[in-house]
Amino acid sequence: MSKPMQDLELVSVTKRYGPTVAVDAINHRFKPSSYTCLLGPSGCGKSSTLRMIAGHETVSDGSILLSGRDISGLAPAKRGTAMMFQNYALFPHLSVVDNVAFSLKMKGVDVKSRRQKAGEMLELVDLSALSDRLPDQLSGGQQQRVALARALITRPEVLLLDEPLSALDPFLRIRMRAELKKLQKELGISFIHVTHGQDEALALADEIVVMNDAVIEQAGTARDVFNAPTTSFVAQFIGGHNVLTLPTGKFSIRTDAVELTAAAKGKLNAHVAAIEYQGTHVSVLAHTPENQEVTSLVAEADFFTTPHSPGDAIGLTWDEANLHQLTA
Amino acid sequence: MMKLRANNALTGWLMVSPLALVLLAFLVAPIVMISIVSFWRATEFSIIPDFVWENYEFLFGSSVTYRVFFNTFKYALITWAFTFAIGFTVAYYLAFHIRSMTWQVALFLLCTIPFWTSNIIRMISWIPFLGRNGIANSALMSWGVIDEPVEWLLFSDFAVILAFVHLYTLFMVVPIFNTMMRIDKSLIEAARDGGANGAQILWNVILPLTKPGIMIGTIFVTTLVMGDFITVRFMSGSQSANVGRLISNDIALLQYPSASATAIVLLLTVLIVIGILLRFVDIRKEL
Repeated sequence: MSKPMQDLELVSVTKRYGPTVAVDAINHRFKPSSYTCLLGPSGCGKSSTLRMIAGHETVSDGSILLSGRDISGLAPAKRGTAMMFQNYALFPHLSVVDNVAFSLKMKGVDVKSRRQKAGEMLELVDLSALSDRLPDQLSGGQQQRVALARALITRPEVLLLDEPLSALDPFLRIRMRAELKKLQKELGISFIHVTHGQDEALALADEIVVMNDAVIEQAGTARDVFNAPTTSFVAQFIGGHNVLTLPTGKFSIRTDAVELTAAAKGKLNAHVAAIEYQGTHVSVLAHTPENQEVTSLVAEADFFTTPHSPGDAIGLTWDEANLHQLTA
Repeated sequence: MMKLRANNALTGWLMVSPLALVLLAFLVAPIVMISIVSFWRATEFSIIPDFVWENYEFLFGSSVTYRVFFNTFKYALITWAFTFAIGFTVAYYLAFHIRSMTWQVALFLLCTIPFWTSNIIRMISWIPFLGRNGIANSALMSWGVIDEPVEWLLFSDFAVILAFVHLYTLFMVVPIFNTMMRIDKSLIEAARDGGANGAQILWNVILPLTKPGIMIGTIFVTTLVMGDFITVRFMSGSQSANVGRLISNDIALLQYPSASATAIVLLLTVLIVIGILLRFVDIRKEL
């Protein structure tokens, strides 16, 4: 908050565990005051990357720069980062207010003023009423707010969140992600959020960094990544895409950009393999004679004006502008 | 419906009865027996069933009793302090500094090796080590630390406490190690993230979360030391006494009523100590 131009940069950051490489020389510059999601399947190195930024893993090679200084050798609390842990890691023997005040206690701030500061933080996350409870007596969502307040009280330049929503039920997850986003805007600091849920990443992130096999596959705004995935991994992982092998190469196309036509009228011939009703849309899975699977997402009303059933021969067509060539 | 419920109650009683019978026969009955006998009368050559308070009157009237109880508490306290210091350190090292599970298990088993032999043998094996011409004395003399054999090594309070610590430290290590292993490692990281250094983590996170284990270990050590008589006899060379020795002497003289009265007082004392300890820490979540 004091320095609005925090600017986090990874310079060929590498993490090796023995012979295995968990993070392979990644470079990335996180935009200041933005919400970034590290997205990828489990084991892709996203958590290791976050933990290296936080200082809970050593960096095998490369450096991490925050506001121009190399923080990769510093203790976690000296870095200007704060971490919110996956299972929140609240101290079970301390009350909510003492959990939040923990870092102040470590600094030697006296009881009265640290409790007061913690109280202000709890107000920010709307938990003042529960400040004397123990973590066990809170719901998952409340525990998460405590964890958030505990991380924010250190006035970090960058807040690191390790799968913060994975322990919540779907309903609460959607509510909490709106709150996280709002909080980030209010505080104006950078949030780096690790997740394996593409919907979470799309909903929250100003910038998405997709990781796979220890490297960054693609980074960009949520819209750019979703509309123009550059590799077939990203296209498949982000969801809502078909990967087509055409004579001119490999392409991705959004499932809702694929239209159904009468048989032999489209760019590809296919027959319907399965139909799934999804409420607002109907998802039609088609197989081409070359055995490619193509999904077309058709608006519900359109589908039922010309309904199809499994086995029907159909044509598939699209606007060329929606095709994106893939590099891998 | 009623029948089913009656059946359920019956099944319940049947299920608890084996344990209840065992406890009744081997725990409750002997204690009842001892408390009954503690009110009997005894002369040098006979024991007379009766209901008199003279055993208790004699016990509380004698200054020996207070000295011996004081000694018993002294042993318990000093032994507790050492077993706690050693036990906590060992458990902490095993739980937080040994990274691989295999090594943790291996080193933990190493700690239990002394338990493969009997208490008495472990105790007696100190004697040639600590004796006047024992290994300790000869080593110290050959290093030039001392000129003549140190007398207080054996048959002294030092020897008693040394043996107690040797015998009972594991009872402190096991519950503390067990509790420490349940501490979520991310709590340590969270503490470090909040700027805590090693000592602060130990004091503010690990110690409070280990309290139940410490308490269980404390109960083990305290009750074992307070009930002991053989260690005190061997290691003090019959020069010191604790309550256990008082009882064993009475039994040797066939003074069963007096022994029973002392046993009852000791039992109540230990129960009070445990009661006080349990006021400090709730160990239920550990069990």
